[in-house]
Amino acid sequence: MTQMNMVQAINDALRIAMRKDERVVVMGEDVGKVGGVFRVTSGLYDEFGDARVVDTPLSEGGIIGAAVGMALYGMIPVPEIQFSDFIWPAYDQIVSEVAKYRYRSGGEYTSKMVIRTPVGGGIRGGHYHSQHPEAQFIHVAGLKVVCPSNPYDAKGMLLASIADPDPVLFFEPKRVYRAAKGDVPEGEYTVPLESAAVVREGRHVTVIAYGAMLYEALDAAQKAAEQGIEAEVVDLRTLWPVDIETIIASVKRTGRLIIVHEAPKTCGFGSELVSLVCEKAFYHLEAPPVRVTGYDTPFPYTLEMEYLPLSHRILPAILDTARAV
Amino acid sequence: MTSAAHESIYTAALSDDDVVRVLGPDGSLDARNDPGLSPEEVVHLYRHMVLTRLVDDRLVTLQRQGRIGFHIGSLGEEAAIIGSAYALRKQDWLFPCYREFGAALLRGMQLERYIDNMFGNANDPVKGRQMPDHYTCKAAQFGSVSSPIGTQITQAVGFAWAAKIQKRDLVALTYFGEGATSSNEFHNGLNFAGVFKAPTVFLCRNNGWAISVPTERQTASRTFAEKGVAYGVPGVRVDGNDLFAVIAVTRDAIRRASAGEGPTLIEAITYRMGGHSTSDDPTRYRDKSLLDPWADRDPLARIKRYLDKQGWFTEAEEQKLRTEIDARLRDVVEAAEKTPAPSLESMFDDVYASLPWHLREQRAEVLAGPRAPSAHH
Repeated sequence: MTQMNMVQAINDALRIAMRKDERVVVMGEDVGKVGGVFRVTSGLYDEFGDARVVDTPLSEGGIIGAAVGMALYGMIPVPEIQFSDFIWPAYDQIVSEVAKYRYRSGGEYTSKMVIRTPVGGGIRGGHYHSQHPEAQFIHVAGLKVVCPSNPYDAKGMLLASIADPDPVLFFEPKRVYRAAKGDVPEGEYTVPLESAAVVREGRHVTVIAYGAMLYEALDAAQKAAEQGIEAEVVDLRTLWPVDIETIIASVKRTGRLIIVHEAPKTCGFGSELVSLVCEKAFYHLEAPPVRVTGYDTPFPYTLEMEYLPLSHRILPAILDTARAV
Repeated sequence: MTSAAHESIYTAALSDDDVVRVLGPDGSLDARNDPGLSPEEVVHLYRHMVLTRLVDDRLVTLQRQGRIGFHIGSLGEEAAIIGSAYALRKQDWLFPCYREFGAALLRGMQLERYIDNMFGNANDPVKGRQMPDHYTCKAAQFGSVSSPIGTQITQAVGFAWAAKIQKRDLVALTYFGEGATSSNEFHNGLNFAGVFKAPTVFLCRNNGWAISVPTERQTASRTFAEKGVAYGVPGVRVDGNDLFAVIAVTRDAIRRASAGEGPTLIEAITYRMGGHSTSDDPTRYRDKSLLDPWADRDPLARIKRYLDKQGWFTEAEEQKLRTEIDARLRDVVEAAEKTPAPSLESMFDDVYASLPWHLREQRAEVLAGPRAPSAHH
């Protein structure tokens, strides 16, 4: 075991995957010599060289389009989109091509890749360095979408994603890139995709969160406990396909549900989770499900801490929901 | 821009000195660029061009009869498509647009599977999941057809680039129309290929029209080939209705790519003699008289004149070929039409490598639920 932050853990996973399988190629803007703007790919260029750690021209559509071709050839591309806010020029390739290849070719071709991209606010990045666009990708049939919250999961889930037969969109919560630290085993291990983790048990209310907001949910749960309310906190880890069994089992225990995410409320992933819970556990619900999310505005700069669903907003939601009759 | 102005620009382009042409109007070959095909090769390619045209013709009829939903053909563009596909070496790959079934068949796709795709039946290579002419054939090293414009261009570059990283001698050729030169992917593809010297051949079928929009609304450049200059990619213009010239310039581009000299952009000047697809009515935007000069440049007629001059293909052989193709098509269409639709369950396969819980649920729901009242199948 070694203490690592998320940047180090993801870097470690990439190095392990690249040493193990020469088909793994890292590509993107500034991923090479400088090691990425967040240093996630630091040192890989020196170890694996220019052909496998590629500084590309500045075009997200070109990066993903070329990565599709590499995947069709049989490589395992791990392209980086420098900020998820900049993913949209590649949206056509991701939606129309990456997500559809297996289906539309009758299974003849796959476009297996892991697209890594930092997400989320709270870093004074303003609108174009802060968004959390998971819903737009979950809605697209054919992608797996993950968002680990800690170094152990980040390393194990990245290795699982690289080994997975399907394309994976790997969201990295950049607000906790360095803040989230923990013990990480040396060498290779995987954390299975499609499996959520109950990170705090509680009997009064279920709080679902992921990425950087997990820590806000845990903070709020701690404060609620001081007032006698025991919140159960679920870290989704994989957003799609979501671990529905863990969610439903928790809601059946608590009868109450809060969903926390940074992305705007309307048509956010929380909407889908509420629908799923209503379909599968409606008669276990003792209070209306609540979403604590970003607002339906563009992501603001100066007021970002008011926009984000931080602990101060989650706590009253927990207390109100737990006490609702 | 009037149609007449369009035509004058367009015919001027064809008479430009920088357009490579081998097959003269009198059936002679220009020795400077003659690819040196044997009589057997010319006859083989001519037979294949006739097959392509007759398939096109049959599919348009089937669509008009309501037996298939759609067809997007290559009428008038056969030399550009078949010549370039023929120039490929065995190890090379094709990344198609949606008008190149002739190339797929030439590279080994079975006619039966192609026609199955037209019917979206259980034997369709893509299992009825895409509309007609959106198929795939990995065995023929032929990519997967999708409708969004230009997406295959960067994919071809990535494929060729991967082969280069793994030190394999392999070239990827990608097709697109001149309309796609306005797409993001064209510029991304040329730029990436230029920077990484990815062994790619960009084959632009400049057929004059992107549905109803003429070439001069796609670009203010004099040529499409010159767009390569900005990316450090040499561009070459070729008479796209000249089978010999297309083979010669494509071979040269493949040789360059294979030798590590980088990608080439080929502008094959041809003409879309039909509509964009069976869903299009070109009489709404294109005067029929515009087709006349191109009828004289018909790529099949040009080869036929050459064959006649050489005495390599008799009229009796021509009639026999057409009769044989006709009979074969009748059988293949009949079999495809009788083949049942893909199974209902198969709708949920291949979204992922294995079926996740939500698709299992939805599959069960469909299987248990009522059937659609007027299903296509």
